[in-house]
Amino acid sequence: GAGQDVGRSCILVSIAGKNVMLDCGMHMGYNDDRRFPDFSYITQNGRLTDFLDCVIISHFHLDHCGALPYFSEMVGYDGPIYMTHPTKAICPILLEDYRKITVDKKGETNFFTSQMIKDCMKKVVAVHLHQTVQVDEELEIKAYYAGHVLGAAMFQIKVGCESVVYTGDYNMTPDRHLGAAWIDKCRPDLLISESTYATTIRDSKRCRERDFLKKVHETVERGGKVLIPVFALGRAQELCILLETFWERMNLKAPIYFSTGLTEKANHYYKLFITWTNQKIRKTFVQRNMFEFKHIKAFDRAFADNPGPMVVFATPGMLHAGQSLQIFRKWAGNEKNMVIMPGYCVQGTVGHKILSGQRKLEMEGRQILEVKMQVEYMSFSAHADAKGIMQLIRQAEPRNVLLVHGEAKKMEFLKQKIEQEFHVSCFMPANGETTTILTNPCIPVDISLGLLKRETAIGPSADAKKPKLMHGSLLMKDNSFRLVSPEQALKELGLAEHQLRFTCRVHIQDPRKEHETVLRVYNHLKGILKDYSVQHLPDGSITVESILIQATAHSEDQGTKVLLVSWTYQDEELGSYLTSLLKKGLPQSTP
Amino acid sequence: MAAHLKKRVYEEFTKVVQQQHEDLSTKKLRLTKPSKSAALHVDLCKATSPADALQYLLQFARKPVEVESVEGVVRILLEHYYKENDASVRLKIASLLGLLSKTAGFSPDCIMDDAINTLQNEKSHQVLAQLLDTLLVIGTKLPENPSVRMRLVEVACKHLTDSSHGVRNKCLQLIGCLGPVEKGVAKEAESQAAKDVQKIIGDHFNDQDPRVRTAAIKAMLQLHERGLKLQQAIYSQACKLLADDYEQVRSAAVQLIWVLSQLYPESIVPIPSSNEEIRLVDDAFGKICHMVSDGSWVVRVQAAKLLGSMQQVSSHFLEQTLDKKLMSDLRKKRTAHERAKELYSSGEFSSGRKWGDDAPKEEIDTGAVNLIESGACGAFVHGLEDEMYEVRIAAVEALCMLAQSSPSFAEKCLDFLVDMFNDEIEEVRLQSIHTMRKISNNITLREDQLDTVLAVLEDSSRDIREALHELLCCTNVSTKEGIHLALVELLKNLTKYPTDRESIWKCLKFLGRRHPTLVLPLVPELLSTHPFFDTPEPDMDDPAYIAVLVLIFNAAKSCPTMPALFSDHTFRHYAYLRDSLSHLVPPLRLPGRKLASSAVSPSITPHEDPSQQFLHQSLERVYNFQHLDPRGIQELLEFTIRDLQRLGELQSELAGMADFTATYLQCQLLLIKALQEKLWNVAAPLYLKQNALASTAAKQILEETYKMEFMYSGVESRQVVIIQHMRLQAKALQLIVTARTTRGVEPLFGMCEKFLQEVDSFQRCFISELPHMQGSFVDKLLDLMPRLVTSKPSEVVKILQTTLRQSTFLHLPLPDQLHRATANIIEPTGESDNPLRFTSGLVVALDVDATLEHVQDPQGTVKVQVLYPDGQAQLIHPKPADFRNPGPGRHRLITQVYLSHTAWTEPCQIEVRLLLAYNSNRSKASTRSPKSTWSESLEALPPSENGIEGTIPFSKPVKVYIMPKPARR
Repeated sequence: GAGQDVGRSCILVSIAGKNVMLDCGMHMGYNDDRRFPDFSYITQNGRLTDFLDCVIISHFHLDHCGALPYFSEMVGYDGPIYMTHPTKAICPILLEDYRKITVDKKGETNFFTSQMIKDCMKKVVAVHLHQTVQVDEELEIKAYYAGHVLGAAMFQIKVGCESVVYTGDYNMTPDRHLGAAWIDKCRPDLLISESTYATTIRDSKRCRERDFLKKVHETVERGGKVLIPVFALGRAQELCILLETFWERMNLKAPIYFSTGLTEKANHYYKLFITWTNQKIRKTFVQRNMFEFKHIKAFDRAFADNPGPMVVFATPGMLHAGQSLQIFRKWAGNEKNMVIMPGYCVQGTVGHKILSGQRKLEMEGRQILEVKMQVEYMSFSAHADAKGIMQLIRQAEPRNVLLVHGEAKKMEFLKQKIEQEFHVSCFMPANGETTTILTNPCIPVDISLGLLKRETAIGPSADAKKPKLMHGSLLMKDNSFRLVSPEQALKELGLAEHQLRFTCRVHIQDPRKEHETVLRVYNHLKGILKDYSVQHLPDGSITVESILIQATAHSEDQGTKVLLVSWTYQDEELGSYLTSLLKKGLPQSTP
Repeated sequence: MAAHLKKRVYEEFTKVVQQQHEDLSTKKLRLTKPSKSAALHVDLCKATSPADALQYLLQFARKPVEVESVEGVVRILLEHYYKENDASVRLKIASLLGLLSKTAGFSPDCIMDDAINTLQNEKSHQVLAQLLDTLLVIGTKLPENPSVRMRLVEVACKHLTDSSHGVRNKCLQLIGCLGPVEKGVAKEAESQAAKDVQKIIGDHFNDQDPRVRTAAIKAMLQLHERGLKLQQAIYSQACKLLADDYEQVRSAAVQLIWVLSQLYPESIVPIPSSNEEIRLVDDAFGKICHMVSDGSWVVRVQAAKLLGSMQQVSSHFLEQTLDKKLMSDLRKKRTAHERAKELYSSGEFSSGRKWGDDAPKEEIDTGAVNLIESGACGAFVHGLEDEMYEVRIAAVEALCMLAQSSPSFAEKCLDFLVDMFNDEIEEVRLQSIHTMRKISNNITLREDQLDTVLAVLEDSSRDIREALHELLCCTNVSTKEGIHLALVELLKNLTKYPTDRESIWKCLKFLGRRHPTLVLPLVPELLSTHPFFDTPEPDMDDPAYIAVLVLIFNAAKSCPTMPALFSDHTFRHYAYLRDSLSHLVPPLRLPGRKLASSAVSPSITPHEDPSQQFLHQSLERVYNFQHLDPRGIQELLEFTIRDLQRLGELQSELAGMADFTATYLQCQLLLIKALQEKLWNVAAPLYLKQNALASTAAKQILEETYKMEFMYSGVESRQVVIIQHMRLQAKALQLIVTARTTRGVEPLFGMCEKFLQEVDSFQRCFISELPHMQGSFVDKLLDLMPRLVTSKPSEVVKILQTTLRQSTFLHLPLPDQLHRATANIIEPTGESDNPLRFTSGLVVALDVDATLEHVQDPQGTVKVQVLYPDGQAQLIHPKPADFRNPGPGRHRLITQVYLSHTAWTEPCQIEVRLLLAYNSNRSKASTRSPKSTWSESLEALPPSENGIEGTIPFSKPVKVYIMPKPARR
């Protein structure tokens, strides 16, 4: 799922022989089998548990975790499921809610049950931020902060030296209750990034916030009522914080209500997971937990008829049913009142109708509702925009990028940009498509300390960070690699050492006597190779370190001397240098 | 003891004594304490294990070592060092060496050779690093010795190849701190194989260890700070370091780039991957802007801060920082700011937003969009939206600094600053309001911006509101609607927070003064006058009405047509307000009135010189009175004092000066009166009367001198001498009076001694000033000192009396600037008739709000005193955080005073006042710290001997009506 598409996030990654499933979401748009990912893709026969090493859930939105009970209980998976603590806490609430709506309201059968949700949650392993979890001996995962919603995380999956980062949904600009996503320079082989806003660069958040507050404030001052339809989690908390602090700052007295139920439970978790929120909330919670709202109280149905100004948050967000619609019907007739839609509305809902400017609505029972209240639209969204995505790529410095969770057309643009700016290859597979990425794996090799010290001592020691050439013998034994000195290798393998010598003849035109030639050669070499020990042995040969040079007269031509240069293969470098030196001949004038 | 003291006083009259004194003390020390070095030696020899030795060394480190024994101790330590095998002990010794060489007065060049020697044989990296640290200390102790420095740098260079990062770190630090700065020295150095320091350090920019890289950059910065001109070649190296993996490296690199951009702003650098070239400062600016979106917030703060100080940057680069191209679905979108601007310019008001109002319009070319911009694009947009408030504050500060230097940029950044008024953290909001105020000369607020600004007036934080009032004081508003809006919002603020009254009035005063023409068309509406009908007269005590009047009257000052629009009662109200709130209401030329009020003209400048002259003339006159008869002197003094006091009232600029001199003359007058011959010659039974007069005079003089010394800011040491001299005279007078009234000699002994001691300390403090005091009391007294010391108290008294009478009056030189500390309690007002009721035994909090002017260090000196009717007084020390500093020389105290008392039968008034606490000891130490001899001798004396602590009331007391009720059972 999620390939060139939004919703039903489900990505399968095979890395160094390990299989990891990233997210397990449902699709909002479908009500048939297509709402869940097609798990038969993973393996046709055999159990999923055998095939998958682990499942990672990035955050609690249903398009990222909605199919989890179906997958684990109905299809059958018993392996570990990883998610962060807040996600683990909030996820079952949402799943239960989702189940209720589909089963109780729509009357569907063959759906997962409450018990299944509970069983599924038992398989979950919670992780902390920046905690490295060893799934098995080779596979390890690590969570990074992602903003977006409470508990949203990006995951780094690492096997050996290959790694993948999966972002889930993330937000690079902080908001009123969450911070910005952050990742270190982990240089993964692949970065799988969402791209919801691939072609958007957003305006500053402050303007929007200010407008929102101003509108609310004005209406309240006029004595009007404000209705804000919200979904229970995420944005609702942000708006609450926003209004709460504003009320505090401005000393306002008008009541703010929050519809009860789901939200209250969620707020409880927000209170608990203070460490996951932004700087301001984290710093001030000692004095007062920002989620312990002073001005925001629970809503009761009867309050809607109360006179005087008030602000009400009510679910659901698109005004299609439930409490928010009830309140809307009550208040719509008064032009002093206002409704603020903080998010996107699906076509066909009341929300969509009033946003598109419809003023007369036909309600159930042929009733016509005239909308006199003001209708406002404020977009608050917590996805990274194009700039944010680029910023994350810059932070993480991946070698490849893969885009998911977005529309194909928009991805195309971003892909082009990424390739242009960072010169890394970028992919955007469709659902069911597999992308293979070649990595340059490095193989760790054990080296004996003695050898390492000896080798590093040779040559310039600066730039120890750079790759370095070393001599030694590679021992591959029992599935392990070791680099040892040749002597030790021979000893271990029980082999005798063979001497390998190169010999080379160099012809030199020199009419003088042999020993004189030798002396000349000796002086010449001594003059050039100052750093080496050049010796003239009594038997008429020269040694340069371990290289032996002997001179004999040519059998046919006495004027030509043959220099015999001989070296072992260890001294190959010096030996070949010497030969080339001698081949150039001796300097002419030697007094 | 007395004999000893006398001897000392006598001896110290000649100069040689001080040295002897010092010698004496050191001798004593040697006698009493066994030598430190010996003790240490014994300890170290006793130590059986390294752990033991370490313990001894640790104990040893806790005690200070005298200068003379340092070298000995060092020798012993070194000796032990060579013997020691344990690295930890050697480490401790090395660190001790560093500590010891820090000892004041010890010249460490003698131990340098040893330290370098130890370095050569050392194996442990940690000890090596510590030794280098010691060398660094030694090097910094010897700033005047280039050859030593050269040698140390050489040693450091040698160890740069060490494999431990700690050692390399220290080496670089050492080179940075001690490396040669002047070119001349560098040349000389070449021969000694110590190459160019910059090159050596530069090589380590690519070290494998991030800590060493950081140290290298820091060393480079250190060299820069010490005055070495860095080479431009480093720039490209530093740019590479910006992409480092480690935040400390990046943070230091940002600094280095900034330094270079300041050094070579105009040189040209090529842009990689294109043929273009730009100025280095622009390039650096772009790079630092880029760092504003760095992953680490430390770097972000650093970068945002530095941006502010890059003022040479070209304007189009600057303006890019506020630019962030918006797009939505690949179509260009305008920012909300632009939309607001457009709405405004098309003359339409935002009619509430429709969905899709911000729908993107034009298609954009996909190729042209540059997502990761190379330049400075949107740096501030990012900075201001940052997650960490530290970054946001830094960004706001930087904006402020850049906007101050560039008006066009100021205009552009306005929208962003206005947005910051809604930040979630109060500090950031406050900072942005202050910033706005600072740049307000360059800008004019649009109506929609003003609207946003004014919305903040309802903030519940007092600081924010007051900052905003200050801002409004100096903003330019473009339209009359704007003024109206501001007024309405301010009045709303007034009703919501009545305590803001003063600040709102002040704000409106400036608003009116700045925009007379904009206020003019609003006048009828504001005063609710009607062409035909008489409207009811508004309530004069209504703060809102006063606010409106303040606005109008100030506007009317430069708009002569305005008074024609006033109705009768407005004129009456004007007269009333002109009297009651004269600081807010300017004098007006009103048609029907004589210009009586304009007699005190606001244009002070032409009058300034004559009044200053007057001041000096009258003083001149006073100082030449010697040849007058005593009666004449007294009269002259009285007149002059009166004149000066009046002058102070009239001329606020000279008030401090006039008051100061008047006080001084007053002291003199009192002294003269007390010393009148007649009084002293009367018979014994009449002593009582004379005694009362003289002793009160002495007391008063003492009080006044303290006031003079501590209540005025700008008093220099020249004045302090005179003041203290006057005090000495007063003390002499006191002594004489007591001598004449008390029977018996015993108590006199002590007093005489104390007095002589004071004379002694006076002489020691002001030895340099003594030549200016020819013929004065002290001068004469010091001449007689040998006699005084040996004579009996009764004789001393006699001598004192004659010298007092004969001594001349000292001329008081005036400093350029002299301000009297004043305080004004705004809250509580003291007008309330409702008593503050509370249950006895419990506490009630009383809000105190006061303005302080010309008070130095108010946190330490200003106290609140509460006087209960039963005479009980309570002194409250306000918290340092209760003081705010709205402007230079001004302070604001907003605090809460807790009151409590047992039950009363009926309400009664308590008095609240502010006191200025002083401590003669402290002030001397702070003002005269350069004179080391004094501060040293001060340490030797017990502080109580010299430190006179006391308080001066410096505000009018305010009465508060309170009523502690008995607790109910």
